[in-house]
Amino acid sequence: MNRPSFAWKLYIAAFYLFLFAPLLIVAIFAFNASPFPSPPWRGFTLEWFTGSGSVFGKPGILMDPIWLDSIGNSFKVAVPVALLAVLIGTVNAWVLERAEFPGKTVLAMMMLWPLVIPGVVLGISILAFFSRVANGLEDWLQTDLDMLRPGLPLVVLGQLSFILTIATLIIAARLRKFDRSLEEAAFDLGASRARVLRTVTLPFLSPALIGAGLVALLMSFENFNTTLMLVGSDAPLPITMYGQMREGATPAINAVSLLLMLGVGGIASVFALTSKAGR
Amino acid sequence: MMTKSAQRLTLFLLLAPAILWLGLLIVLPHVEILVLSFSERVAPRVYAFGFGNYLEFFTEPLYWRTFARTAGMSILVTALTLVLAFPIALYIARVAQGRLKAMLLLLCLLPFWVSELVRTLGWMMILRETGVLSYVLQATGLTAERVEFLYNDGAVILGLVYGGLLFMIVPLANALESLEPAVVEAGFDLGGSRWTVLRRIVIPHAMPGIVAGSIIVFMLTVGNFATPVLLGGKNGLWFTEQIYAQFITRFNWPQGAAFGMLLLLLSSAIVWLGLRLTGQSLGTTLKQA
Amino acid sequence: MAHSTDLDLVNVIKRFGSHAAVNDVSFSVAPGEFFSILGPSGCGKTTLMRMIAGFEHPTSGDIRIRGQSMIGVPANKRPVNMVFQSLALFPMMSVGENVAYGLTCRGVSRAEAEERANRMLERVGLKDFGERRVTALSGGQRQRVAIARCLVLEPTLVLLDEPLGALDLKLREHMKIELKQLQSTFNTTFAYITHDQSEALVMSDRIAVMNQGRFEQVGSPRELYHNPATPFVASFVGETNKWQGEASAASNGSVSVRLPSGTVLQGQGKEANKTSLAFVRPEAIALAQDASALGALANRFEGRVSAVLFDGANSSLLIDTVGFEQPVRAVLPQAGPLAGIEVGAPVHLGWTADAMKVFAA
Repeated sequence: MNRPSFAWKLYIAAFYLFLFAPLLIVAIFAFNASPFPSPPWRGFTLEWFTGSGSVFGKPGILMDPIWLDSIGNSFKVAVPVALLAVLIGTVNAWVLERAEFPGKTVLAMMMLWPLVIPGVVLGISILAFFSRVANGLEDWLQTDLDMLRPGLPLVVLGQLSFILTIATLIIAARLRKFDRSLEEAAFDLGASRARVLRTVTLPFLSPALIGAGLVALLMSFENFNTTLMLVGSDAPLPITMYGQMREGATPAINAVSLLLMLGVGGIASVFALTSKAGR
Repeated sequence: MMTKSAQRLTLFLLLAPAILWLGLLIVLPHVEILVLSFSERVAPRVYAFGFGNYLEFFTEPLYWRTFARTAGMSILVTALTLVLAFPIALYIARVAQGRLKAMLLLLCLLPFWVSELVRTLGWMMILRETGVLSYVLQATGLTAERVEFLYNDGAVILGLVYGGLLFMIVPLANALESLEPAVVEAGFDLGGSRWTVLRRIVIPHAMPGIVAGSIIVFMLTVGNFATPVLLGGKNGLWFTEQIYAQFITRFNWPQGAAFGMLLLLLSSAIVWLGLRLTGQSLGTTLKQA
Repeated sequence: MAHSTDLDLVNVIKRFGSHAAVNDVSFSVAPGEFFSILGPSGCGKTTLMRMIAGFEHPTSGDIRIRGQSMIGVPANKRPVNMVFQSLALFPMMSVGENVAYGLTCRGVSRAEAEERANRMLERVGLKDFGERRVTALSGGQRQRVAIARCLVLEPTLVLLDEPLGALDLKLREHMKIELKQLQSTFNTTFAYITHDQSEALVMSDRIAVMNQGRFEQVGSPRELYHNPATPFVASFVGETNKWQGEASAASNGSVSVRLPSGTVLQGQGKEANKTSLAFVRPEAIALAQDASALGALANRFEGRVSAVLFDGANSSLLIDTVGFEQPVRAVLPQAGPLAGIEVGAPVHLGWTADAMKVFAA
């Protein structure tokens, strides 16, 4: 098994080619000087990134309000999701690793459920539930509660429902590895409980906190199924892309995809660097 | 030391976020769609408890056929993904060393982090009649006209397998990692051929990873929305599309809720079946991934 | 006000459920003393130490530091500091930050804390180590950082929880001497727990031997070694020969012990007419080539050397002796007429009645 056959190595090379072919094609055609995202190649251009629309009729993504708004919406969702995921994930991890109470195993199991529920079902369930809540509260309070209707706040809630599970697992795994005698030593040397947390426990956890935050950010940015069910008039990036892909797109969609790939690559590198530093 | 009641209060505060999260975002919403699924429209704006939505599912061929097709094709996709991923996982886990290994693994993970829509866009650009494949065939003279490779089952399966590969490789590689080289060598030493060793030693050892990977891939495939719709078009006919249609297009929430419950049931049944097969708990299986 | 003892434990009991891990322990430690608690795993010594540090609470009894009761005082407010078994150095801080940690907790300014930490590091032989990472240190250096971290706070009492366990033999021997020197240089009171009797004997002013939650004997190393009070202490501290038989005829502390093989031994003990255990240290056994040289000894036997266990200064002989089921262990002579004695050689052995301690089994 340690001397792989030529056929095997060929397969592996072909595999990785297969894996990256679609992504490479998307990236290359972002620079195609053509109004359509398809061959033939008509020359190199940056129009689809920074163009004002004079050349092909449609502006590049960095000048087009549709795309800019969409990217903005994605951030408006992803940042709160990441922050809440880290915060609540830490509290959950603490409960799982440090607290004892009846029903703890049941709670731990329930925290895993969101991962086995299809995203579409997560979406429709939250849509239906908050609709009912909104209807009820609106009658009672005699005001409109747009926050609970399809829109960005609801998207945040929908994404949190399962991203919280992942964040909790990442942070809990790190907390489990923590040598508690370090906390005792700090306490023994005179630190208050708060100080022990601040100077000993949290620094140890920080790689996991950053990791969980980055993972949450990425998962929020690229989420589609759940978001689709909860979106209102403000569309995050994947929804806008989906709409364009159904109706017909310009290479602007390639440009946005390339930016996404670079952004992901950038965040993944940061992630890799911080997790090495945490060793 | 804190007093008993101070301890209780702290515990309560620590538990509050988890309870709010699980209660308001998971439990109650699913109770809501369960209740909705049993809401039959007996008169305009009047709803009563009934099985009408589920009856509708079983009697209307479009619905149950789509469901069966989704389930069947998902099994096919899972099997294909397993077969394609296994040699890669084997290579990464057993043959590649050090930096090569880390790099190969990282390369597998990168496409996952990019959105599903970008991946699907890539395949659309390759397969559609104005796409790269068609262009190459025309340019080399193999075909006279543009060829449409999209909007058929093959394209959908291709897209779904592509998306699933990443989730199959990681659990498989993890499971294969733990196989002692000495055990494999003993297999050869005692006279086994490469095929025998694979079949009787390597694959059984990798079983937990195979099951974990298969459960995950099946779950994600059955619940996929964008890939079948974009790559299959009208011929996509994936069940998630039906749910979307009922909820968003037709605003028939009770019907959509019934479909949602059915999808959830299918997904959960497979997960449960898979867990029973390996005798593992949900927690340990997810740790493999 | 100067108190005569730094640490007092009064009838301390710790129960976990129905099991008493510490079962009515009382003792005092004088200022500047190096006091060790010696016992096998599970005897309760770690629980005892954690109660003194403040991480566990006694079920009943009192713990006093310089006369002040510590019951209800949390661990971070006690004038006691602990060197943990794993050392528990903070990996996210430098060596200097580790040592300065306790000072910063007390509100000492950064600059002053750093200065005092550096001075302490110098005193433990780690000059200019302040900037180094904790992970880049050797075992012995980590030890010294852990101790410096405690000593810089000038505690009344330093607790050490088997700190030498992770070190290899040569380093351990070296650290035993270092710890002893550090303790006397700083004149801090040390309370040391270990299962290694050699550590306890070499370093301590007094030792408490602990077994199953109780102190079996408290005394100086020599007292414990030469005058063990219980069979457990006799066999746990130092090497010993041990035989079981029936004791009879006690008078003035003299006892005869009859072994199952019929051999009768003369020893020192109190109990008679009971199943008893008799102990003799290997170095108390005299060896000679003919029996006349051992004429005055109460116990005289002959045998054949069955094994020579060479271990430098700790060498011993195993002698198959007439009337004994197991070989008798004696010290290997490395000078004099019997030096170079080999396996199979005949030899005469004997010991005085004083050298043999007899206890009820």
